Amino acid sequence: MSASATPGPQLQACQEPQPQPSRWREALKQAASSSWLTSVLAVVIALVIGAILIAAADVRVQQAAGYLFARPQDFFGAAWNTVSGAYSSLFQGAVVNLTSAHSFADVVAPATKTIAYSVPLIFAGLALGIGFRAGLFNIGAQGQIILGATLCGYIGFSWHLPAGVHLVVALLGAFVGGAAWGFIPGILKAKTGANEVIVTIMLNSVAVFFLGWLLTLRSFQIPGLSRPISPRMDTTAGYPHFFNTSIDLGFLLAIVAAVVVWWLMERTTLGFRIRAVGENPHAARTAGMNVSMSYVWVMVISGGLAGLAATSQLLSAPSQQLNVDIASTFGFDAITVALLGRSKPLGTVLAGLLFGGLRAGGYLMQSATGTPIDIILVLQSVIVLLIAAPPLVRSIFRLPDDDRRRRSRSAAHARSLRHEAAT
Amino acid sequence: MSTTLTQLRAEDLHHEVLRPRSWKLPIALTVFTLVSLAGFCFTTPAGATSRVAIATGNSWLGTLIWSLPSQSALVVLTVIMAALAGAGWWASLRRVTRVGIVKIGSWTSVVFGICFVSAFLVWAVAGRGSVLQFTSLLSGALFLSVPLVFGAMAGTVCEHVGVINVSIEGQLLAGAFMAAVVGSLSRNPWIGLLTAPLAGAVIGALLALFAVRYWVDHIIVGVVLNVLVTGLTSYLFSTVLTHNTAVFSSTVRLPTWKIPLLSQIPVIGPVLFVQNVLVYVMYVVVILLQVLLFRSRWGLRLRACGEHPRAADTLGVKVNRTRVLNTILGGAIAGLGGAYFTIAHGLAFGKQMTAGRGYIALAAMILGGWKPKGALVAALLFGFADNLQNALGVVGVQVPSQFMLMAPYLVTIFAVAGLVGKVRAPAMEGKPYKG
Repeated sequence: MSASATPGPQLQACQEPQPQPSRWREALKQAASSSWLTSVLAVVIALVIGAILIAAADVRVQQAAGYLFARPQDFFGAAWNTVSGAYSSLFQGAVVNLTSAHSFADVVAPATKTIAYSVPLIFAGLALGIGFRAGLFNIGAQGQIILGATLCGYIGFSWHLPAGVHLVVALLGAFVGGAAWGFIPGILKAKTGANEVIVTIMLNSVAVFFLGWLLTLRSFQIPGLSRPISPRMDTTAGYPHFFNTSIDLGFLLAIVAAVVVWWLMERTTLGFRIRAVGENPHAARTAGMNVSMSYVWVMVISGGLAGLAATSQLLSAPSQQLNVDIASTFGFDAITVALLGRSKPLGTVLAGLLFGGLRAGGYLMQSATGTPIDIILVLQSVIVLLIAAPPLVRSIFRLPDDDRRRRSRSAAHARSLRHEAAT
Repeated sequence: MSTTLTQLRAEDLHHEVLRPRSWKLPIALTVFTLVSLAGFCFTTPAGATSRVAIATGNSWLGTLIWSLPSQSALVVLTVIMAALAGAGWWASLRRVTRVGIVKIGSWTSVVFGICFVSAFLVWAVAGRGSVLQFTSLLSGALFLSVPLVFGAMAGTVCEHVGVINVSIEGQLLAGAFMAAVVGSLSRNPWIGLLTAPLAGAVIGALLALFAVRYWVDHIIVGVVLNVLVTGLTSYLFSTVLTHNTAVFSSTVRLPTWKIPLLSQIPVIGPVLFVQNVLVYVMYVVVILLQVLLFRSRWGLRLRACGEHPRAADTLGVKVNRTRVLNTILGGAIAGLGGAYFTIAHGLAFGKQMTAGRGYIALAAMILGGWKPKGALVAALLFGFADNLQNALGVVGVQVPSQFMLMAPYLVTIFAVAGLVGKVRAPAMEGKPYKG
């Protein structure tokens, strides 16, 4: 968020007024060493790698490669056609529909789909972001989503409440379910020091089997059918949709959640405590903060937000049903969303929109050009890997390092020289 | 459980210092004893028998089927459990590690666990016509634990050198993919088996690149690499592999070897020595690692890099080089385990066929206290739980399969919360060395 922006290069430039070679060169240098540029370049590299994979798996390209040296233009033409076809349908599925639109609603329909797909990613990404900032690696969003879905779904299909009230209660159920599942690793970490990574990984699997068992019970099945699938949700619990599009109240709630998270982390004592614990738990303890309780709070809030991610699966479209695959892979996708968003609310929303767009576009790409949607996973993971390692991106594009990094490296170099001299 | 480092030191320095009391073990043992008493003893009808086949035709003893009176067997087992729980209480109360000749240590839990599982089995087959095939239960468990053991070994190597390897899942998947595709291309399972470690090593190398060279958080790299491998293999599966099934997805199978003589030992013979080739490879890997990690120059240097990299550096060990090379080695071991999913079964590659086993392997490593021996036992435990529901399904027992499948995960959570609290991870794992 803007309020939490780090004192970046601008501030340093203000403090050092003396050397002023050229304002343009300074600006270029700043732009080249900014984190935004690395993010953009990471996306570019990911798209290039994706293009290579798309071309390599195409039958026509493979045939043309057989006589590459006889007619190279065939090979490059086929590769270009395949890759541009796939990427243009990816774009049209995610942003605007330019080819088969009859009305304005058709043109923007892909964008509304993107927004709809991004909702669970934003919720779960915010959830994990809070954990990361407290130094907790919550891999358990998957399990927390499942438990949120379980409670939300149960309320949705078995309690018959008036419209509006039903939605609110179902939302509360989703939050409580996720929060309860998040409480377990939190309290275990606080009381016994159990590693939250392991506990949350284990709880993910436990959640799947737990829901699987619930779905064998009569009260969770459609009366008369013994299939592991729940009755349909009441329409009274559904999200209202805006302007007849795929955008519903869920997106608005996700944005509200992002603002609340920003407020919580930047403007409240609890948020300050969470950040302090994340930066340095020993210092936080010395300063009199209750580190254990912070862990519990973080996991409860994180779990609750992850639980809300389930609502877009159950409440967005009418008559959804609870099943074992309800959480899809949102819990794991959310890890990449939170990492790409650098655990900040605004970044998480943008990252959620990007990955939601990739998903929405991926479906169109799969149906239009036959390129499997699995390629999206490759794009996502390459983007996140590269963003986590800015020096790698810089070295690929031979960009200047930022000062901090250069200083630390020269210090390391000096140390190694000393080390060699000593031995 | 066993004495910790700090307790030992305290005892060495001041003999008057009292050991801290820990109630976790006796409470846990008591709870399970009560479960056995209420859940198994009281629900078994009097006069029912449990039939268990201990040895089958080919052994020296010939076929041997025990008919146990269920209730008496359960009472005996529960009494043993109660005795162990009592010993636990006594040891905690008097702050001792020894009760009579019984030493309260990790093996107490192992014996207790065996009694509890036996009680469960006796209860499950009580009064049924069908016979529980004990040897096939065990050999199935061993076979199912193969990928977990390889994965846990990979984790052990990487963590001791200071790199947290969460990408075991990806390494297994990459190994499974490579073994299947190369095996299919060459029509030879052995070539597939040889190339599986290469695929795992590539993932290990990526992990090392990002974690050691670029100081990215190890868990983040691991998780993202898992996504990358899942996406890559699923993509190639849906395109290349499905377009040309005959070339890329024909099945080859590693043979099952029967070691002469050894395989005829009653009970353990058919379990240990009539197995897939990959299982024999696993024996070698586990034994080698257990010896070399703690008894060789390589192991000492490796552990130094994970415990105190600066000290290792001072003594002339190239810390980051050691970390990179051994992370790649760990990846290769996990890749080898990946072959289990495809060519050990004679299966073609399928999307996401490792199904989270890499994460269970990670749990096995932690449950085993970062030691190859312990990780092996933990992985076998998980394999056993996995196989138990198959075996019970055959006998016709109606236990909700979800709870059987859940068990290993719950055990791990209990262990991480209670027992593993005292086992120490390598001190500097996950911390980049910036020397």
